[in-house]
Amino acid sequence: MMRLRRSHLICCAASKEKMAAHLSYGRVNLNILREAARKELREFLDKCAGSKAIVWDEYLTGPFGLIAQYSLLKEHEVEKMFTLKNGRLPPADVKNIIFFVRPRLELMDIIADNITSEDRRHSSRDFHILFVPRRSMLCEQRLKEQGVLASFINIDEYILDLIPYDGDLLSMEYESAFRECYLENDQTSLYHTAKGLMTLQALYGTIPQIYGKGECARLVANMMLRMKREFAGSQNQILPVFDTLLLLDRNVDLLTPLATQLTYEGLIDEIYGISNGYVKLPPEKFAQKKQGEGSKDLPTEPKKLQLNSAEELYAEIRDKNFNAVGAALSKKAKIISAAFEERHNAKTVGEIKQFVSQLPHMQAARSSLANHTSIAELIKDITTSEAFFDNLTVEQEFMTGVDTDKVNTYIEDCIAQKDPLIKILRLVCMQSVCNNGLKHKVMDYYKREILQTYGYEHILTLNNLEKAGLLKPQTGSRNNYPTIRKTLKLWMEDANEQNPNDISYVYSGYSPLSIRLTQILARPGWRSIEEVLKMLPGPHFEERQQLPSGLHKKRQQGENRTTLVFFLGGVTYAEIAALRFLSQVEDSGMEYVIATTKLINGTTWIKSLMDRPESPTQ
Amino acid sequence: MTSCDAGCVLPANSFLPFCVDNLNKESLTLYVQMIKSKVDEEDYWHSSKFKAFTFDDEDDELSRLKESRQAVNNIRRLVEEDDDEDDVERVSWSGEPVGSISWSVKETAASSQRADREPAFPKISTDTPSISRSQSGYSLSSLFKGKPKVGNFQTFSDALTDSSVRLYAPELRKPKSEYKDYVSDWSPEETVQRLQQGKAVSLERFRTLQDKLLLLDHAIAAHDGNVITAVLIYLKRTLCKEVLFRELESRQTALRHFIHYLSETQNQRLLLELHRALGKAEDAALLQYKEHLSITDENKRRDFLKNCLSLPFSAEDLAHVQDHYTLLERQIIIEVTDRQAECGGKVEIFQKFPRKALILNMPLITTLYYCCFYHYAEPEGTFSSPLNIRQTFKISEKQYFVTALAARAKLKAWLDVDALFASRNWLGFTRKKSPLSFQRVVDILQKNSAPTHVLQDYVALVDDGELRLTLAQKHKCHDIVISTYRDMKDRQLLLGYRGKVVRGSAEERKIDDLLSNPQIRWKN
Repeated sequence: MMRLRRSHLICCAASKEKMAAHLSYGRVNLNILREAARKELREFLDKCAGSKAIVWDEYLTGPFGLIAQYSLLKEHEVEKMFTLKNGRLPPADVKNIIFFVRPRLELMDIIADNITSEDRRHSSRDFHILFVPRRSMLCEQRLKEQGVLASFINIDEYILDLIPYDGDLLSMEYESAFRECYLENDQTSLYHTAKGLMTLQALYGTIPQIYGKGECARLVANMMLRMKREFAGSQNQILPVFDTLLLLDRNVDLLTPLATQLTYEGLIDEIYGISNGYVKLPPEKFAQKKQGEGSKDLPTEPKKLQLNSAEELYAEIRDKNFNAVGAALSKKAKIISAAFEERHNAKTVGEIKQFVSQLPHMQAARSSLANHTSIAELIKDITTSEAFFDNLTVEQEFMTGVDTDKVNTYIEDCIAQKDPLIKILRLVCMQSVCNNGLKHKVMDYYKREILQTYGYEHILTLNNLEKAGLLKPQTGSRNNYPTIRKTLKLWMEDANEQNPNDISYVYSGYSPLSIRLTQILARPGWRSIEEVLKMLPGPHFEERQQLPSGLHKKRQQGENRTTLVFFLGGVTYAEIAALRFLSQVEDSGMEYVIATTKLINGTTWIKSLMDRPESPTQ
Repeated sequence: MTSCDAGCVLPANSFLPFCVDNLNKESLTLYVQMIKSKVDEEDYWHSSKFKAFTFDDEDDELSRLKESRQAVNNIRRLVEEDDDEDDVERVSWSGEPVGSISWSVKETAASSQRADREPAFPKISTDTPSISRSQSGYSLSSLFKGKPKVGNFQTFSDALTDSSVRLYAPELRKPKSEYKDYVSDWSPEETVQRLQQGKAVSLERFRTLQDKLLLLDHAIAAHDGNVITAVLIYLKRTLCKEVLFRELESRQTALRHFIHYLSETQNQRLLLELHRALGKAEDAALLQYKEHLSITDENKRRDFLKNCLSLPFSAEDLAHVQDHYTLLERQIIIEVTDRQAECGGKVEIFQKFPRKALILNMPLITTLYYCCFYHYAEPEGTFSSPLNIRQTFKISEKQYFVTALAARAKLKAWLDVDALFASRNWLGFTRKKSPLSFQRVVDILQKNSAPTHVLQDYVALVDDGELRLTLAQKHKCHDIVISTYRDMKDRQLLLGYRGKVVRGSAEERKIDDLLSNPQIRWKN
């Protein structure tokens, strides 16, 4: 019932420029978008004629890494690169100094410091600022206050709205989007979203159908339609690649990110954190033990690995439930071992030649297998721990509606043993969401315990969670979560982890609400769940965009439709896995491309809502 | 001590009571029992609801990882000479892939370190700003101070817009309105559009309140935070507070942006005024309270918190802020006293266990732990007495109990530990009582490396027979294991256990005595 889409054997040691090849394997060739972004970067660099040094806001090096390698910058006379920090800029014999920064006030102060400490008598370097993704009024004002605004020859913006992350995945890497939208009511990220979607349509054709659920979804759709009107007159002549756009507010489904993801990739993210496609792992398991060498000097630096579909094995196992990963790896191990054994059978020169030509592929596969076996072992140590099991049990109790209306002993115990605050907040919020708010007594109890144990200053964080709707006191209205759960079949008793037949496998029983909505939209349509849609926050809507007459698609028999699902406020890897699963189910007739403001998990998400004592410079 | 900033939800819990590296039957039985005891429901485990993601099978799929590990190791031996060639990508010493931007930043920066020592000349103001430098297309001065310098003004920003638009052609081509003459009066709508495109435009022509508000409404409709903020800055400068606040009240989006702007620029006073004017007293109070985080001097911080008490918090929050203040006040007193005691060298406990950190600004429970550690026996009247703290802050019985237990166990004050349970007695019964399950008690004691003879007393109090047995085996409480087997009349198990105790020990003798006791009717 499943068919594999990416069955190519990809050479992992591909050259740098080919490294983005994985972006073009999907239904939609996202490499076009990447190329557009690269072109724009080159154009900006050429605008600053002569040799240059780039001073990086360190945060940006991750997202930029998805667009370009150092080699591209070098081709355009970038000779030095520095990290942005206070004090005097390091000497560099270049004509231009370019600051690549996010529009943040504290960064402006650092830049101002750099410029005022510059020794003007000895250098005549030109300064430029490139704001990513947008210029900011406030920042420029701050530079002016610091008296350095006039020092810049060039103040520009590099609109990096949607970054191609993988063959079917786009992210804005806009970390604070959820906080801004739902806590601060700042819609700037929505504006960027709409802009990004316009860019996407310019490259991939107008998307004829737009569906949405939630306040922010409504706003983005409005902005898109408005922008389209403003450009009326110039018709987009590109044959549409996407049939449908679905805009989903994160706050329509607050539950899913709180649950622990149980897919391979989801667990890697939960435990180690995937950042811009890279993960840092404890090095011990990756030590290359050579014969005759002692194991004395184990590496101390974390092992950094890139994770995307360019790696065949990873593409195969990333979306599996973790309990099915062992089997997949061992199957792969057998295939690879057998391939290596082939050398005994190679007798003739031709056969040996054949074997040798296969060797790079085989060794890449071997190395990939070694890495993922190590990662799986690391994860297994955690998933088999008592703490993990207990936590999961409580999550599943909440999601199935068991005892959500009283103080939970496990949470109480976790507080008593000072488990990380974020873990506690995830559980308490989950209980609140699954109970449509907590009873006053329960809420007061949790709050008191949390403040006493972790510090009173967390009053601020608790208030934020309340404002975002993650934590709320029960009001008179009935708890509608059970109805939602039953109607949308959010809990499946017989989730099959090995050979899944439903999206619920990604959480071993719980089907992410957001993805159920997506699934139902495709078939049989939202009209069948009107009642439930009304219980979820925000409006739901449908819009159509007119296509020029020549561009109506003539669909081939059996040809799949393509939907772009945009998660406003973040999406988890498990949700992505569920959508990929739906894409692959034969006869679903739908393929999904995923876009989001930010890839999140419960921890990073809650963290973005906390008011931390330290100033968040990085 | 603060664990709030830990990044991971799933810490590799180092103090797990037992190691579950290997999927052995023993620990799995334990899981099952712990769950059972948790929900008090016999059929809990057998119901199908929670069967997912369990590991209760020796040959479950995960154990197949071993096969994969084996294969990897075998092949590695085979190809190890080529190991460097086949890495997925090249990785530098720091673990970054070679050629990636983040790696290159470090690399190129490092190579320029050598030349870093230039003679430093006294800085002379070379204030001769070249004309070309003021070209920056989009400065705020040009925005707000009358007409822009039209001359070469457009060059950069327009050139860029053009090139980026070309990329996204045709749909993103400039709207017609842009080709208008430069000096003309822009309508509010056009002004907003120009602001969005980062072009110079004067806001000064919006003079009447009505015009200004129209401009603001267009900015809001565009949803561009930058533009809204730009308009707000202009309004803030040209309108009186009362009017501005009043108008913002009916424009929630703009209001939020204004609040964000004020807090970013740390204009606390105006922010508070705004909140008050809008009747958002609670938000204002929280906002002001937040400021305490940036005060490092503890006495100033305490005074600040004291002042906060008069702010219009919700009743619930006020109680917490009050506690916060009381706590810090106390911590300051305790800190002064204890520092003296420590320096004086006369108080034994401070000599034996020197303090590792200041107690200032620690959470309440940490403070309680500290006081249970250093000030346990003090009369209830003192500030540092644990009982006093418990009373003042209404700490729940369980929390108090856990904290006191951990602190006294850490000091190996087993008599105090014992007394904690004894104090729960009534009517002269000697049975120990605890607000915690005894399993948790054992857990806490064990974490504080309690010796077997102490653990044994508490393991014996675990209600659930199976659980008690598992815990006893784990903590080597032989007597309990032996007498449990005896009570079960299970000769085979007892025989088996004989192999696990030290040869020639009292336990072994005890087992032998039992095995040779003719009065026991063994079931096997």
